[in-house]
Amino acid sequence: MSAKNRPQPDPAARVLADYHPIPGVADELLDANGALRPVWRPFIEALGKMSPEDVTRRFELGDQYLRDAGVFFRQYGEKDVTDRAWPLSHVPVLIHETEWAKISEGLIQRAELLESVCADLYGDARLVKEGHLPASLVAMNPEWLRPMVGVRPRSGHYLNFIAFEIGRGPDGRWWVLGDRVQAPSGAGFALENRVATARTFASIYANSNVHRLAGFFRAFRDALSDLRGDSESRVGILTPGRLNDTYFEHAYIARYLGFMLLEGEDLTVENGQVMVRTIAGLSPISVLWRRIDASYADPLELNDASRLGTPGLVDAIRRGKLAMVNALGSGILETRALLAFLPRICQALRQEPLKMPNIATWWCGQEAERAHVRANAHRMMIGSALSTRMPFDPEDSTTLGSNLQNAPGGAVDSLLDANAQLLVGQETVTLSTTPAHVDGKLTPRPMSLRVFLARTSRGWRVMPGGYGRIGRSADAAAIALQRGGSVSDVWVVSDKPVRNETMLPSPASPYVRAHVGTLPSRAADNLFWMGRYVERAEGLIRLLRAINVRLAEAGRSDTELLEYAAGFPGFVDFDPLRGIPPNLFEGLASATASASVVRDRFSVDGWTALNELSAGARKTLSAVTPGDASARALGALLRQITGFSGLVHDNMYRFAGWRFLSIGRSLERASAMAQLLSWFAAPETPEGALDLVVEVGDSVLSHRRLYAVATSRSTVIDLLGCDANNPRSIHYQLAEIESQVGFLPGAREGAQMSALSRAAFKLRAELAVAAPEGLQPETLLQVRAELSDLSDLITSTYLR
Amino acid sequence: MLYDVGLRITYSYANAASGGRHVLYMTPADVPGRQRTITSLLDITPHPDERFARKDFFGNTIVEAAFRAPHDEIAFRLRARVERYAEIPPPDASPRLDGLAREIMAVRSLAPEAPQHFLADSPRVSTRVEFDAYARSQIEPGMSTLAIVEAVGKAIDRDMKFDPDATDVNTPPEEAFARRHGVCQDFSHIMIGCLRAIGVPAGYVSGFLRTDPPAGQPRLEGADAMHAWVRAWCGAKVGWIEYDPTNGMFAGDDHIIVAYGRDYGDVAPVRGVVRIAGGQASTQAVDVVPLG
Repeated sequence: MSAKNRPQPDPAARVLADYHPIPGVADELLDANGALRPVWRPFIEALGKMSPEDVTRRFELGDQYLRDAGVFFRQYGEKDVTDRAWPLSHVPVLIHETEWAKISEGLIQRAELLESVCADLYGDARLVKEGHLPASLVAMNPEWLRPMVGVRPRSGHYLNFIAFEIGRGPDGRWWVLGDRVQAPSGAGFALENRVATARTFASIYANSNVHRLAGFFRAFRDALSDLRGDSESRVGILTPGRLNDTYFEHAYIARYLGFMLLEGEDLTVENGQVMVRTIAGLSPISVLWRRIDASYADPLELNDASRLGTPGLVDAIRRGKLAMVNALGSGILETRALLAFLPRICQALRQEPLKMPNIATWWCGQEAERAHVRANAHRMMIGSALSTRMPFDPEDSTTLGSNLQNAPGGAVDSLLDANAQLLVGQETVTLSTTPAHVDGKLTPRPMSLRVFLARTSRGWRVMPGGYGRIGRSADAAAIALQRGGSVSDVWVVSDKPVRNETMLPSPASPYVRAHVGTLPSRAADNLFWMGRYVERAEGLIRLLRAINVRLAEAGRSDTELLEYAAGFPGFVDFDPLRGIPPNLFEGLASATASASVVRDRFSVDGWTALNELSAGARKTLSAVTPGDASARALGALLRQITGFSGLVHDNMYRFAGWRFLSIGRSLERASAMAQLLSWFAAPETPEGALDLVVEVGDSVLSHRRLYAVATSRSTVIDLLGCDANNPRSIHYQLAEIESQVGFLPGAREGAQMSALSRAAFKLRAELAVAAPEGLQPETLLQVRAELSDLSDLITSTYLR
Repeated sequence: MLYDVGLRITYSYANAASGGRHVLYMTPADVPGRQRTITSLLDITPHPDERFARKDFFGNTIVEAAFRAPHDEIAFRLRARVERYAEIPPPDASPRLDGLAREIMAVRSLAPEAPQHFLADSPRVSTRVEFDAYARSQIEPGMSTLAIVEAVGKAIDRDMKFDPDATDVNTPPEEAFARRHGVCQDFSHIMIGCLRAIGVPAGYVSGFLRTDPPAGQPRLEGADAMHAWVRAWCGAKVGWIEYDPTNGMFAGDDHIIVAYGRDYGDVAPVRGVVRIAGGQASTQAVDVVPLG
């Protein structure tokens, strides 16, 4: 804290000493005269009072939050896909609320304009008939979905949640760079950026009058709920699934808003009504906020190659039984060539100019426009007219006209002549710069903002903040994350204190308990298998550790016991004396894969623990030598995995989802123990086999206390097979299964037990009356087979 | 000419399908002045849990059917009586290609008949340089659009060999073209690709051909299953004309129209999604009897 006591006349000056905006480019921090903009002063002064160590430590706090929350981004390399740390640029972008109000006004006008254009393109097509828009731009556009023509949305609106990418030009004005209408991502990431940045600059944030984001989300959540038109049906978020690069955000938003996270496979359509397949049967749903591109939503009427959609969804919309946010087909509004026509369309439809211009665009399908692009190619970006990508998107084929001009052989001319209808020229954009913290000091970097708008009962509402994208270098083209760009929080700052909003209803309003029990079957299936996989891995680790301990003690692998142990069928032809069987890693990977598709139902801590466990196991175990080193590494892994299980079983609420996870675990544990006993407690086993299985069953102390004698076949089978009080015994786990099955929907049909309840009861009863001597290896293997049948019965009853 | 049309399509699944939803493009169309459908009956077994008819964007009548109970077999059976009127080929008032481009630009419409729908890539036909080169090699200076359509269609009939074993419904047209073998679907897709490449709007027509030829005439190819041919837009005056590249002729009263689309993907007789594990097999049988 010595930095505080040192005399510092102007802490801002110290921070700004090395900050030099690029000449001719607008800067967010400094005005044209190099003076600090007033909205930034408190922030910069506070930053100036921090020591470099303090700044580093605070940035680390923010990064730690993001790591703990499991926020990452997926980088697509030439050969592979890797998950990278979330690239937060810790310094937020600050915008005064007066300026924000003007931005909002421009964007709300644009949202209303886009709504009218969408209604026209899927309605009367007046814009085409009256010559405001060429028919070919619509009819040749893959985003114009013919099955949706003439279909009025049930809510009356095509657009409910959209985003705009905006940037500030050299003259200080804001420009729209592109419209995001299909399924805009980033709002969830904006929330995470806010939490991380607020944590980084906790005291500054608290005193900076920054508008809160929660009110915006609450209003949108309520608006979506209102779209249902009843109180029985549900709202869901439709995701393409975990392979999508923004899946994290889908899960996050679903958790944050309290909506179901659904995949196409979760849904089915009956007589035009969309239903969710849940463990309690079909449950109606009437609103879907889709994060999936429209053409994939219904393989029957749209892209028939889609494996992500639900057949019949379009018909449900056609019959007015489903509100889709945004309307299928609205993606056509993202078409780049549309930017060339929107200024005139705005005049035609609204009799007013655009309040915020979009980047100047010329469609080359018209002669005069083509000539203009040809003549001004040196300051143009030339690219696909029908592209829906943003400028600077690395996957886009847009070429800077200046590059083409330098190419030999009149490249611009031949390109324009051959493909005029499919090309647009756009004025090259120079973005304003904003401070980023680079190598210990503030440095100007180009910036664009994604701003989110939601339709509420009182019209469009703008999220007061956004998703800032910061370039890696002074080159505006380096703004994309895939090219090393970073992201930042956006603070809309007031002169007066702002309301502190949360997602929660005020304590005064009556308390309503959300109704539960609509667990989608696919989620239940994944939880069930996650329970099985984790338990399977744990059992395998215990067994391997016991073997490696004995290997270390014996100093050789050819003892009778070790050779017998190596023959255990659970190793599936792998010699455990020579290393770690690959099915251990596979099991952990499967557990992680199952968990990753139910991330919205899973605490962040649980997910992080499992992910680290799976990644760590491969790293530490694949290199260790058999014997003592392996035993120790396995012991460490065992402590981690039991830690994870503890987290799940002590902390997870007993929703139906937990029951499936728990049944999966019990089933696996009972089945594994039956297999272990059938081998290691068979009538003829080598010396030490019984002790080994008692150790694997974590029951050494219990055995000593209960029997006070050395292990014998009957004491071991009694303790690990028949004992009703030992959580490691088959009987105990069968009782667990029976009890959990009793809580599931339809467990009793009237006075009758369901087929599943009966099967669980019968199996448990068989064990309850069995004497240890009766549990011969073949009987144990029979129990295992019946457990497998029970698993199939659970699947056919609830999980499909 | 009056026809009785019979069509039977069956699917059988190795493991029972747990449910399914299908869209059927099987019933003959009503096209004013060209074709009148007198009766049309479509039987579906097993009995579907949902069944209704509606029109698609291009004006085709389609039947949608959904099954909820497990089933290992479905049969669709169509019986129809259709009257197809003879057509006189239009006088050639079509523009040359540069004029055609201007006429297309002048169409301010998104109606199903607008030529703009039929220029871009569609589900099954995409831009290929080989189509472009092939089409251009058939054109002579000063040719009208209609003459070009006929020249390209005749060339495909000449250069391609009809061979039901060479391709299946999922073979991309460029592959069939490379091997110069295929069936009516391939011939039609290739012709569509060639015409679009040179800026002529082109679409797909699915339908039936009469099974047995009139006395003394050769049997047309493609009569044993559903048939397909091509429609092309030849300017504002001529409008849409239909050409059958499999038989090297303009479509006439032997061609019974079922549906119009951009390509097979828009009008496949059975589009469907079933929940199955394992394979499936299908059969198709067509019978078109002229009643005079």
